[in-house]
Amino acid sequence: MPRIKVEVDGVTYEDDVEPRLLLVHYLRDRLGKVGTPVGCDTTNCGACTVLMDGMSVKSCSVLAVQADTHDITTIEGLRINGALHPMQEAFHSEHGLQCGYCTPGMIMASIDLLRENPDPSDEEIREGLEGNLCRCTGYQNIVRAVRSAAHEMSHSEVTSHD
Amino acid sequence: MTDIQVTSPVRDGVGASAPRPDGTLKVTGEFAYASDLWMDGMLHGATLRSPHPRARILSVDLTGALKLPGVEAVLTHEDVPGAKLYGVDHADQPVLAIDQVRYQGEPIAVVAADHPETARRACALIRVVYEVLEPLTDPRRAALDPSYEKVHAGGNVVRHQPIRVGSVFEADVVVTGEYEVGMQDQAFLGPESGLAVPAEDGGVDLYVATQWLHVDQDQIAPCLGLPPEKVRLTLAGVGGAFGAREDLSMQIHACLLALHTGKPVRIVYGREESFFGHVHRHPALMRYEHGATRDGRLVYVKGEIILDGGAYASSTPAVVGNAASLGVGPYSVPNISLDAYGVYTNNPPCGAMRGFGAVQACFGYESQLDRLAEACGLDPVEVRIRNAISEGSRIATGQIVDMPAPLTSMLEQVRDLPLPEGVSTDLRDLPGGVANSTHGEGIVRGVGYGIGIKNICYSEGFDDFSTARVRLEVIGEEAAVLVHTAAAEVGQGLVTLKAQIARTELGVPNVTIAPADTQVGSAGSSSASRQSYVTGGAVKTACEAVRERLLELAAKKLSHDGLALSGGKIVSVSGIVVASVAEVLGDDVIEETREYRHRATAPMDQLTGQGDAHTQFAFCVHRAVVDVDVELGLVKVVELAAVQDVGKILNPIALEGQIHGGTAQGLGLALMEEIQVAGGLIRNPSFTDYLIPTILDMPPMRLEILENPDPHAPYGLRGAGEPPTLSSTPAIVAAVRAATGKSLMRIPVRPEHITGT
Repeated sequence: MPRIKVEVDGVTYEDDVEPRLLLVHYLRDRLGKVGTPVGCDTTNCGACTVLMDGMSVKSCSVLAVQADTHDITTIEGLRINGALHPMQEAFHSEHGLQCGYCTPGMIMASIDLLRENPDPSDEEIREGLEGNLCRCTGYQNIVRAVRSAAHEMSHSEVTSHD
Repeated sequence: MTDIQVTSPVRDGVGASAPRPDGTLKVTGEFAYASDLWMDGMLHGATLRSPHPRARILSVDLTGALKLPGVEAVLTHEDVPGAKLYGVDHADQPVLAIDQVRYQGEPIAVVAADHPETARRACALIRVVYEVLEPLTDPRRAALDPSYEKVHAGGNVVRHQPIRVGSVFEADVVVTGEYEVGMQDQAFLGPESGLAVPAEDGGVDLYVATQWLHVDQDQIAPCLGLPPEKVRLTLAGVGGAFGAREDLSMQIHACLLALHTGKPVRIVYGREESFFGHVHRHPALMRYEHGATRDGRLVYVKGEIILDGGAYASSTPAVVGNAASLGVGPYSVPNISLDAYGVYTNNPPCGAMRGFGAVQACFGYESQLDRLAEACGLDPVEVRIRNAISEGSRIATGQIVDMPAPLTSMLEQVRDLPLPEGVSTDLRDLPGGVANSTHGEGIVRGVGYGIGIKNICYSEGFDDFSTARVRLEVIGEEAAVLVHTAAAEVGQGLVTLKAQIARTELGVPNVTIAPADTQVGSAGSSSASRQSYVTGGAVKTACEAVRERLLELAAKKLSHDGLALSGGKIVSVSGIVVASVAEVLGDDVIEETREYRHRATAPMDQLTGQGDAHTQFAFCVHRAVVDVDVELGLVKVVELAAVQDVGKILNPIALEGQIHGGTAQGLGLALMEEIQVAGGLIRNPSFTDYLIPTILDMPPMRLEILENPDPHAPYGLRGAGEPPTLSSTPAIVAAVRAATGKSLMRIPVRPEHITGT
């Protein structure tokens, strides 16, 4: 059985895993990180999106062995010194969620979206989140949340440089 | 100074965009969905389902499954200790199949094992010998042909509800149409799941994602042969519902396995199993004939609505009641002859989904209104205005609408909203998007309108109530409120509203919402857009009772008459603050439990459909703007505008979210969402093949929300979740018709319906 060494939310894990084990099942069943949910099993919904070396991946379409030597961030690793990440804050305050099942994946995908494009238009936000399904919100407040987080993050970067 | 305190309303009370109490947990991944539950030593359940829609079971051999290491139980109907059948309305559905199966996916056996894969492998080792029969899949024959074979011994018609009003069925202008609605899936993102834990008293504790804890309890306990108090349910985190969790899925199975093995058992469905594990929206076959004067005023409507309920009854009777009573829409029609049928077939079972019965009918009657407009040379909005009901009008059941019904102004308002800019030159905005299928050639824009009427709360004489327990005490020198109900938070935001109501009624900012469970009385279902109304009403009433006792206590302790509670303070007649709530309470605890009922409704007459069947009506109107690639049949919805009357806005941002989400599900039904069933078999049980709208499919929305209070409802509110799901569908289809000139009699509209190829 292959042995992997992977950093997840700042903690390094070494584990023997079956080659067929999906990253999402490694996260949920081995590490107990159930904050990353499974919505569809077929890579359509994006609920299981995490960051691998800062880039978003659907963790149901990545094998645990492919995460070997890589750095994984899940929704559970986003808080900075206990404070919510601006994207988490924005999804909460802008009501970008209802049942919340898509939210971890939406937030992780949105963070990657802003990494590529810190000041996206509404159209660019929509293009960037096409791979994440939400059944509750009709997406309106999700667009609003990402826009608000983008504003907040660019603003806080400016202040931190001051 | 004290005056300012007295008059300042409590923060995050009724009317504010108060934040969700579960919001932080949901953005940090800490919110525990039912599928996240875990106990040491728990077993995993799996379900063996029938591959055939109709078959006799000749034998079931469990030997191979029982021999598999790690398997702890393999159960069939013989192991069900109590009632063998259950159902949310009629108990007609076997817990596990008995000698026959009536739909593809019907559970035959359940397994508990030490790992989910072991459980699934064990299912594969069960040998079932079937005598496969020709499935009965024609709902029209099931409804109308007495010679059609029977799915159940009692006959194929679950309910037939006629509407008979007047006797004039001739008119100058007559338009007819035959319409079809495909089978929509609720497609909540969090599949069915729950954890059953055997208890020392011989009972079981079930943690489950559901819509109505007590109706689950009422169905589970008899099948387990246990009294209800030994089957205790607690709501686990729910990943969306939309009606699909109104019926049982894994509940009884997990409890059976837990009681049999003496160990906790968790069952989590995958997406494919979810498509077989819950009921869907009824597909419908509809025939309408509308007669009108030359100036477009309705003289009569004849109609037939056949709703395919599939193998088991589920909510079919109520779906038929809605389709019949609201079958002519929000229009004044002096003469009506309409028949709604709900039938058994060997197709997948259908039951509750957002707006049930009313959604299907709305596509039919709104399509007809557009035909009438065309026949009379009228604008689609104008023909609706000429026929729309208003306060004081009668609907098809003869019931008088005794609440505001400002349909005319809503229609005018949505029509007069600014239209989006013309067809874009950016190919990303065009139908087909970055597939680069057009640079604008073949693109035609269309605009369409739809309006719907939905009954709010349970109808037809159902004893519809909710229960709330409210506790007021001092915690850490501050007054604190605990609100306990059994109402299911499924994402809609009821937890927020309950806290807002308690803050407003008691003026105490510190409100905690207890987990929903069966340790308090029933709240009824989180469906029919009813929880703000009924559980909101229960929380309000219980808070009023607590307030009354608080003032009695204050009068006693302070020896002061004429006290009132204002701004969270005890005040005298002259408005002077005499004490804080905490000072009055001291060590005393005030707890009150109250039931709240909306005003009674009556059954519909079985022959004429007449009766005051509903307690409240809600309305939404949509305008859709679409661009259609008429060569390829691709549709891009450019904008959706909606006007909805909600009576009273309790939480603006949450309410907008409900209207957005309901609108999106209507868009899905119009253009993409269908469980494709052939010969009783589901052909697309995955999100690869069952498409729900993405963020690119769902356009920006314009929203106007009106507040014309219903004098009968708490705060004047109207249920809001379902109406937008009704009207967005016909508006979008009307817009596509306007762009293409095609008749489009079936939804979802497919590209080939537009291209004709």
